Parts: sequence; C-alpha cells; structure tokens
Amino acid sequence: MQTAEMSCRYDLFDRGDGHIRVRFEGRMDAANAAFMVREIKDVLQARMPRSLTIDLQNVTYLDDFGALVLLEAKKMISDDVGHFSLENVGRDAQRILSVLNFDALGKKQVFSQKQRPNVFVRLGEGVLEHASDLKHMVSFVGSVCLSLLHVAVHPRSLRKDDLVLCMQRTGVDALPIVGLISFLLGLIMAFMSSVQLRQFGADIYVASLVSLAMTRELGPIMTAIIVAGRSGSAFAAEIATMKISEEVDALFTMGFDPTRFLVVPKVIAAVIVVPLLTLFSDVFAILGGLVVGMLTLDLTANAYMAQTIKTLTLFDVFLGVFKSAVFALLVSWVGCLRGFQVRGGAASVGRATTSAVVSGIFLIILFNSVFSVILRYWE
Amino acid sequence: MERQAVIEVRDLVAVYGGDVIIDSISFDVYAGEIFVVLGGSGCGKSTLLKHLIGLNRPRSGHVIVAGHDISHCDEQTYHTTLRKIGVLYQSGALLGSMTVAENVALPILEYTDLPQDAVNTLVEMKLSLVGLNGYEHHLPSEISGGMKKRAGLARAMALNPQILFFDEPSAGLDPVTSAELDQLILDLNRILGTTMVIVTHELQSIFTVAQRVIMLDKRTRGIIAEGDPIFLRDHSRNSFVRRFLNRELKVAES
Ligand SMILES: Nc1ncnc2c1ncn2[C@@H]1O[C@H](COP(=O)(O)OP(=O)(O)O)[C@@H](O)[C@H]1O
Ligand SMILES: [Mg+2]
Repeated sequence: MQTAEMSCRYDLFDRGDGHIRVRFEGRMDAANAAFMVREIKDVLQARMPRSLTIDLQNVTYLDDFGALVLLEAKKMISDDVGHFSLENVGRDAQRILSVLNFDALGKKQVFSQKQRPNVFVRLGEGVLEHASDLKHMVSFVGSVCLSLLHVAVHPRSLRKDDLVLCMQRTGVDALPIVGLISFLLGLIMAFMSSVQLRQFGADIYVASLVSLAMTRELGPIMTAIIVAGRSGSAFAAEIATMKISEEVDALFTMGFDPTRFLVVPKVIAAVIVVPLLTLFSDVFAILGGLVVGMLTLDLTANAYMAQTIKTLTLFDVFLGVFKSAVFALLVSWVGCLRGFQVRGGAASVGRATTSAVVSGIFLIILFNSVFSVILRYWE
Repeated sequence: MERQAVIEVRDLVAVYGGDVIIDSISFDVYAGEIFVVLGGSGCGKSTLLKHLIGLNRPRSGHVIVAGHDISHCDEQTYHTTLRKIGVLYQSGALLGSMTVAENVALPILEYTDLPQDAVNTLVEMKLSLVGLNGYEHHLPSEISGGMKKRAGLARAMALNPQILFFDEPSAGLDPVTSAELDQLILDLNRILGTTMVIVTHELQSIFTVAQRVIMLDKRTRGIIAEGDPIFLRDHSRNSFVRRFLNRELKVAES
C-alpha cells in the first residue's frame, strides 16, 4: 500500500498464485502520474504477475495521464500468456479510455530514431546539395545582371526610396564603427612598424607604410568585412524571412520581379556607399598613424602628411576604391542569394544569415587574391 | 449552486501606448464552460486574450486566473499559473525544427519526470485525441494548416491544463476542417472538463461551441452583450448585437 504525493493511492492484493489485484483510489491525473508509473512498475516487476486486475471503483477522476498509469501497468504482464482486466470502470473513465482506444495503445514509436546515414549516402547528398547550390548561384548571377540591365535601361523602375534607405543603413549607419576600427588599425600598424623602422632611423617611412597598406589593401578589405557582417547578414535575414512568410511569393504574383524589387536597391546602394566608406576608412587609418608618429616618433604633422602625399599615387586610391566596389557587389549579392536559398522555418533563417557572412568574407579574400595576382603582372 | 469562477476580470483597462483599447471591463469565466469572446475586427479581442494570459500587463484593474492575480504577482506565481493554462496560437506556433511528436513532448519532458517510454505513449495518446495519429514524424512545414492547429492543440493540452485559450481557432480553415475543430473543442471539454476561452468572430463556431459569450465593441471599448449566443441573437436589446449575430449589414448608423 502506498500513497502518492497528494491525491492518489492504491492497494495491492497478492494471493500468491500469480494473480494480482490493484485497487486505485482518488484522482489519477497529471499531478501524480509520474510517481504512480514508477511505483506500479517497481511493485509489479518484483512480483511478475501472470494476470492483473485493476479495480477503479474508488477513482474519482481519470484523465489520459491516469490512462497512462493503467497502460504502464498493463505492459508489466507478458502479452501472450498474461491476462489483464479493468473492473468497475466509471462512465467518465470508460469514455476517455474508449476515446483513447486504450486496447491498441503503446505499440507505436512516435519519436524518430535519428540514424546517421553511411558515408556514401552523405557524400552523395553533399555533392547533390553543392551542385544545386552552384546551379542556384549561377542563375542568380544571371537574374541580378538582367535586373541591373533593366534598371540601367529604365532608370525609373528603380525603387528610389528603398535605395536611399539602404544607402543609409549600409553606409551612414556604418560610419562610426568603420571610423573607429580603421583609426585603431592605423594606430596598431604605426606602432608595430615604428619599432622596426626606428632601428634604421627610417621613422618617416611609417607614414608611407600605413598609407600605402591601408589604401591599397587593408582599407577595402576591412570595410568590406564590416559591411559583410553588418549588411550582408541583414540582407540575408530580411529576404529569408520574407521568403518563409510567403512575402516573396506575394511580390511575384503581384507581377514584381523579386530580384528587381529586393536585390537591385541593395546591390546598387552597397556599390555606391562602400567605396565612400573605404575612403573614409583610409583617412581615419592615416590619422591613427599620424597620432602615433607625433606622439612616439616626434614627427611633425607636416612632415608626416608630406610623406603620405609623396607615397600615395592617384592610382593607389583608385585601385582601393575599385576593389571595394567589387567587394560591395559580392557581399550584397551573396547576402541576397543566401536569403533566397532559404527553405523551412526559423532555424534556416539563422543558417542563411551565417552563411551570408561566411561566404561574403570568403569572396572578399578570394577576389583580393585575384586582384593581387593580376596587378603583379600588370604593373 | 454557485459556480466556481476560474478567471475573474475586474475593471480591466488595456492600452497600447496612449490608446485605450479596452476601457474598464469586468467578467467571470466559470470552471468547465466554453466561453467565447466575440466582436468585429479590431475591437480588442486579441488584446484581451493577451491580458488574460499575462503577455501584456493591464494599465489598471485585475486579472485573476486560477486563483492568482496575474496582473500583480511575482515571476514565480506567474510561472505556476502558466502551468495551469494552455494557449493555441492562430497558426499553431509549432517549433519548425522539431517533428510533431517532439513538439508535443516538449512540455511533457520539461515538466514531468515520466520515463521515456511512458512519454512516448502519452504523446501517442495526445495525438490520437486530436486525430493526428500517423503524423508523429512529420515536420510542421509538411502538414496542413488544420493539422498544425490540431498539433498546436495537442501541445497546448499536453499537461492537461485547467484552462485552454484559443485565438481565432477557425481562421484560415475551410468550413469542414473548421467544423471538425469545433467538434474537437466540444469533445475535449466534455471528456477532460477543460475550461475553454475562445476568441473568434466566426458565427458558425459561436453557435456550435459557445455556452456563454461576451461581445466587445470598438466604439464603447467595453462589453455590449453577455449571455447565451442564441438568446442574444433573437432577443438582445442592442440592435447592433442582433445584427452582428444575424449577419446583417448595417442599415443605418445606430
Ligand atoms: N502591438 C500593438 N500596438 C499598438 N496598437 C495595437 C497593437 N496591437 C493591436 N493594436 C490596436 O489595438 C486594437 C485592437 O486590436 P486587436 O486586439 O488585435 O483586435 P482584434 O483581435 O479584435 O481584431 C486595434 O485598433 C489595433 O490597431
Ligand atoms: Mg485578433
């Protein structure tokens, strides 16, 4: 005999011939089901009954949790030889047991067994997935090009309000972080190089190093990476959410080209503002270098700036700006692509966003290497 | 016999920012009944529901659910109250990354310490109660809108809450599916004795399931009718209520 935490108890009669009677009393509901299931399993397991009779006469309330207790008790006797019966089942209890189809319950596995498929299946799946990814990418390149062409021919079809908003979000809002990071980068570069250059008395070349490295390489790369993190991810999340909530389909059926509607303003905005951000970043990095030059190397501001201007050619600046325009195109393109590739629910929006940033950064570095190789042979 | 109130609303004022949406309403919901909140679009039905389940706090007044004043209680009390209620959201609100069975098992695994195979059986029971056997392994994106609502219902009643809340259960369903869902609500109410609070403007459902209704009005921001829907349809003293329930167009501004 046992009492559950609160409202349900049972008595057990064992005549010693393998026939067991259990009489439940009180409420059999969610509050005590877990306790009762464990109890009844323990007692019955010890006795291994051949037949089990459960008396529900004094049960005042029974819901599906109560039915679960009965079912777990039933499972304790072996199916083929054992005998299970319920006695004095009240009207309400009878109703719920029949609705639940009590006699047929408990035979099904409702949770999926998560099996990892073998290595060949996974390899094959991976290949197919990447192939379709590639196909999607190529067709998206095409559709973006077509849309851009269309906008070039019909400038009025460009959504100007969206464009301005995108320019603000991608450009203006990024100014503080780009400025800060570039300033600190200039500072660090000047510090590190001054230690080396001072040994040769070549202090003044700190200015050359900082300005050249920033305008040609680091400025465009850093700016593009920040834009990938801030805006590439935002583009992907926005489009992905629109896609899973059928907003993209709605645009399509209203006769809009989703690419032209959603992608073109973002790409154009990025291509306009990212080069400007890069110029901004160059200036701040040079300022960072200047601070170090004046404070630790005793250079005058005049000398530092003169050296900077002597080093930089217009070509260097243009190269940086051109590269950053290409990076902007890549980052915004891949952000939108990942957004359109989304399939499923909330989790896939997260994956699309991550993938937008990772692919964006990868493309930036890849194309930067390509530029380096081309320039090596061209100059 | 005095009926026992499981929800008591007293002088509730609901606002968004500065806009008063509901102005000082009071009503009771009794144990075991099917209670319907109805009214035209934008009259504040969903807003009222959010206050009843504690997602929004009232500007003033009290909302007492299962004995606890959830408008003025601490986090702990609110959480114990949440265990006694279940909510079916408009589109089911199933977690997209889990199968139907895993969605239903989620609260069971969190709040009970049943052994794994018992949870398995219980989920099977819950799904058969809502008529979804055979769809255990499906993802929410692979089943229809009506099924999502059923699965959402199975999850909402996973722990056999005392009170179930429904936000527009028939919205977006075809008439047959919608009627089936109404029947399911009636059955669950009868079998488990769960109190049901339903927000809807679907006349067909109202006359099928509702035992008592309150009707909200956008203009007065209060309750303009309370009682048995069929009685109100035929005998309400307010002509707007009669017209609404008879589905008549506004003839002239009342
Ligand atoms: N989050 C919100 N912020 C501000 N106003 C809201 C918000 N949600 C709803 N409203 C306003 O409250 C009123 C009632 O809305 P709601 O409760 O959704 O109506 P119903 O569900 O009856 O159609 C509407 O006028 C709506 O504009
Ligand atoms: Mg609503």
